[in-house]
Amino acid sequence: MATINLTRATARDARNAAAGDRRRMPLRRRLREHSTAYLFMAGAVLCFAVFSWYPMIREVIMSFQYTNFAGTSRWVGLENYRHVFADPSFGEAWRTTGLFTLFALVFGYAVPFLTAVVMNELRHVRSYFRLLVYLPVMMPPVAAAFLWRWFYSPDDAGLFNAVLHALHLPPVQWLQSSHTLAVLCLVLFSTWINMGGTVLVYLASLQGIPGELYEAAEVDGTGILRRIWHITIPQTRLILSMMLLLQVVGTMQVFVEPYVITASSNNTASVVYLIYQYAFNFNNYGSASALGVVLLLVLLGFSAGYLWLSRRAEED
Amino acid sequence: MATAFDTQTRTLVSQAQLARPAGRVLYWTVFWVLMVLFALVFLFPLYWMITGGLKSPQEIIQTPPTVVPHAAHPGNYSTAWQVLHLGRLLWNTAYYALGALALQLVFDVAAAYAISKLRPIFGNAVLFAMLATLMIPTTVIILPTYLTANSLPFLHVSLINTPWAIWLPSVANAFNIFLLKRFFDSIPTELLAAAAVDGAGPMRTLWSIVLPMSRPILGVVSIFAVVAVWKDFLWPLLTLPKTSVQTVNVGLNQLSVGISQNVFIAALAIACVPTVVFFLIFQRNIMSGLTAGAMKG
Repeated sequence: MATINLTRATARDARNAAAGDRRRMPLRRRLREHSTAYLFMAGAVLCFAVFSWYPMIREVIMSFQYTNFAGTSRWVGLENYRHVFADPSFGEAWRTTGLFTLFALVFGYAVPFLTAVVMNELRHVRSYFRLLVYLPVMMPPVAAAFLWRWFYSPDDAGLFNAVLHALHLPPVQWLQSSHTLAVLCLVLFSTWINMGGTVLVYLASLQGIPGELYEAAEVDGTGILRRIWHITIPQTRLILSMMLLLQVVGTMQVFVEPYVITASSNNTASVVYLIYQYAFNFNNYGSASALGVVLLLVLLGFSAGYLWLSRRAEED
Repeated sequence: MATAFDTQTRTLVSQAQLARPAGRVLYWTVFWVLMVLFALVFLFPLYWMITGGLKSPQEIIQTPPTVVPHAAHPGNYSTAWQVLHLGRLLWNTAYYALGALALQLVFDVAAAYAISKLRPIFGNAVLFAMLATLMIPTTVIILPTYLTANSLPFLHVSLINTPWAIWLPSVANAFNIFLLKRFFDSIPTELLAAAAVDGAGPMRTLWSIVLPMSRPILGVVSIFAVVAVWKDFLWPLLTLPKTSVQTVNVGLNQLSVGISQNVFIAALAIACVPTVVFFLIFQRNIMSGLTAGAMKG
């Protein structure tokens, strides 16, 4: 017994010593390796620090300050937040952004997925379809936005009204009409220019679905629509939910569309557009920062809610 | 024919179903409807833009508009090129995009490699801090970022109207670092250990082992880097206000007023040429790279 214990102890000692050696001996080399690693990371870390981490902190600080044109600032507590919430443009901008996000979910989310599902069934000239759907993505967004503003011309010279005219339908005022229709016009453009990337991602994930699943369903006599509902969507759920989050976070930051297409009619200002106006048209840095913090909290809240939901869905 | 079908993975609708007469009719109907629909939705706007640029000032405001221009005025294009200084705008944008690409390839690759393979203490904490910025969109913190670029901390140098205003912030790209790090993680450690035994330092290992294996992901990251600069609007609008240093997006926006409609449409068409041509040439690489990158990420 004793000898066994003794040998065990020696073995443990030896093991510990070896581990200690492993930890101690190459320590200098590990440190040297670490210093090389830090050197490798320095450039990126510096850029993150200056252009991401520091501005984030600075935004929160500035939202509680009054900063005048000369750059001197003093603490004003919640004054900026009070000003932002009291501004009638605040509610309007959130209504526009919310409506934009809602429409973007209906169009920008459903259309690319359905397009990908149908495209995946085609057996001929597949690259033609993939090429065309991705083409708008490669256009400079401002050029495409101006193009669409021209299409939306309220007179008959605009492309869309020309089409309506050819169909003997009355012209529509598009951007100058109701707030809802104007936002819808922006979403249509946004879907057109952005859907290429999403479609490609969906196509790739559709190709990863095992064919046996469809085969089994077909043997059971399941129709096409039920196959989509019971196989295609569950099998691509991960990508679908990831794109949902990206879509909402992306559309909530919409700026180019209202800035270029509906710049003249101010009723479609988005939240980011309002931040831009506070900061660079009115030089009201405090309010711009406060509104930025509010938008940030909303986006973080959404992301957290999404994570919580997907965690729960996984547990079920 | 049959063999070409057989190699395809099975999708929603089976080959047997499509081979039936009813299935075949339905397939070709859907096929041609989609063919026309895609051409109308994605090609016709481009056709409308190119022909719009060829129309005379009278014809472009004519109602109803003409589908084919009565007389072509290619002069609109040369006028647009000169009046809007499109050559300069396109050159500036390409210069910013290539610079951003070069800096990202150096600094982001180095950082991702260090985090993935050299694994220093706090490496994962740094990665987490980088990935956290994905939750905070750049547009939300645009004002403090602008003020920082206008007067760098400690140095008090302004980057406004210099290419560095585009290049340096572009390095802070958490998504690209994430993609690179994920790819580097998949390279077997034994391979690098073998190189270390042979006496290769981290720099040598990165250069002669990791980078040659990472060509696909480097391609994806490069596309993302270039496209991001080419598509950005708000940031260059703020940081490059001087006419001579503007990008395509900002320049078009600036010069959109006080110019005749047909010339401006011609300018839009020219502005689209470089990226669209680039895409048509490299479409195979871009498509496969994007989907592969998206799946891996």
